[in-house]
Amino acid sequence: MLPISQLDVANLASIRGERVLFRDLSFSALAGRPLCIEGANGAGKTTLLRILAGFLSPSAGTIRLRMKDGGGTADADLRGPYIGFIGHREALKSQLTARENLAFYAALYRAAGDLDAALAWAGLARVADLPAQYLSAGQKKRVGLARLRLCARPLWLLDEPLAALDHAGKALVTAMIAEHCAGGGIAIVATHEGLDLDCAQLRLGLA
Amino acid sequence: MSAFVALLGRDIRLAFRAGGGAMLALAFFIVMAALIPLGIGPDLKLLAKVAGGVVWSAALLAALLSLDRLFQADYEDGSLDLIALSPLPLEAASFAKIAAHWLTTGLPLTVVSPLLGLLYGLPPAAYPALVLSLLIGTPAISAIGAVGASLTLPVRRGGLILPLLVLPLVTPALIFGAGAISAALNGLSNGAFGLLCAFSFVAVIVSPFITAFAVRPNLAG
Repeated sequence: MLPISQLDVANLASIRGERVLFRDLSFSALAGRPLCIEGANGAGKTTLLRILAGFLSPSAGTIRLRMKDGGGTADADLRGPYIGFIGHREALKSQLTARENLAFYAALYRAAGDLDAALAWAGLARVADLPAQYLSAGQKKRVGLARLRLCARPLWLLDEPLAALDHAGKALVTAMIAEHCAGGGIAIVATHEGLDLDCAQLRLGLA
Repeated sequence: MSAFVALLGRDIRLAFRAGGGAMLALAFFIVMAALIPLGIGPDLKLLAKVAGGVVWSAALLAALLSLDRLFQADYEDGSLDLIALSPLPLEAASFAKIAAHWLTTGLPLTVVSPLLGLLYGLPPAAYPALVLSLLIGTPAISAIGAVGASLTLPVRRGGLILPLLVLPLVTPALIFGAGAISAALNGLSNGAFGLLCAFSFVAVIVSPFITAFAVRPNLAG
């Protein structure tokens, strides 16, 4: 079982320039149940995920990661090592092959898993040795999914993981989130398509 | 394989793949240093005298060519986010990128520099100083260049601002490096080598920390 139990967000606010994206945002994401963040374009889904990941400081509020052993941390730097992140950019080097890209992240994250198995799981076995620039948008997304699975971080922050994927790809994402949560992981997913899963909902942009 | 080696290896590999800067920097260095004797004419005494300064200036400009992509590429494609979340501290990641830049530009330039010495009719006694000064001094260019690259990260077309920012900061390397060569040329010894070592050492030690400090706020994206 994974070491984390929940992520608590209290009174979070993000003000960029003069614009208030959200304020007084409080919610908890529990291990075992995915949290879906919904909202229109520009409602602040990506900003919220980047704040949770620690890339961006919130204007106000606290984010606390709670552990199973009763401990916890509110420090963004200490949260980093638990986070598996998929952003709206693919983070692939177009000159390197899919396998080389994945091997790099596996080594960077000291992941022990089987590279070929991860590629096959993502349906990339046939294109694994093609430079990433020849992959389609959906295939690039699948490399990101394989990386997320291989790196095995307990807290997933996924920004539009369904974008650009075909039906089989969307099913793959849904299944992988379900499996991750069943194994005691936390998944926070920003999407405007909706996940075909039992998940907690958070709507942004109503305030 | 450790995370540090993974990042170092990836950056070296990228530098030699299509669109990487390694071969470009080397070609630029050779062409620029070869053009100047053509302009000055066959005055061997004069050429030998200016060799140190010219080779060093060419090395500086060549190393700058690929510097603006040092963090920019990772920033634009989102890789920098994932590097920031990895177990590798951003300081160590910066050091890996500086090392990769030096191994793919500074080191190749140093290796071909004796060839350029021939073009300038450099006396044999000056060759060790030429090679050694580049070997010691070019890491400082990569290190200080990384600071500049991190500071211009969010700037579109930052490649144009980067030389303005970095060149004044690396002038000590140019002065001491060229100074060491001209001292060897005249059979003298001045303190240039010692100062070059000190400058390079401090630059390489301090730069990763400044670089990481400047990269962090840019993750806000």
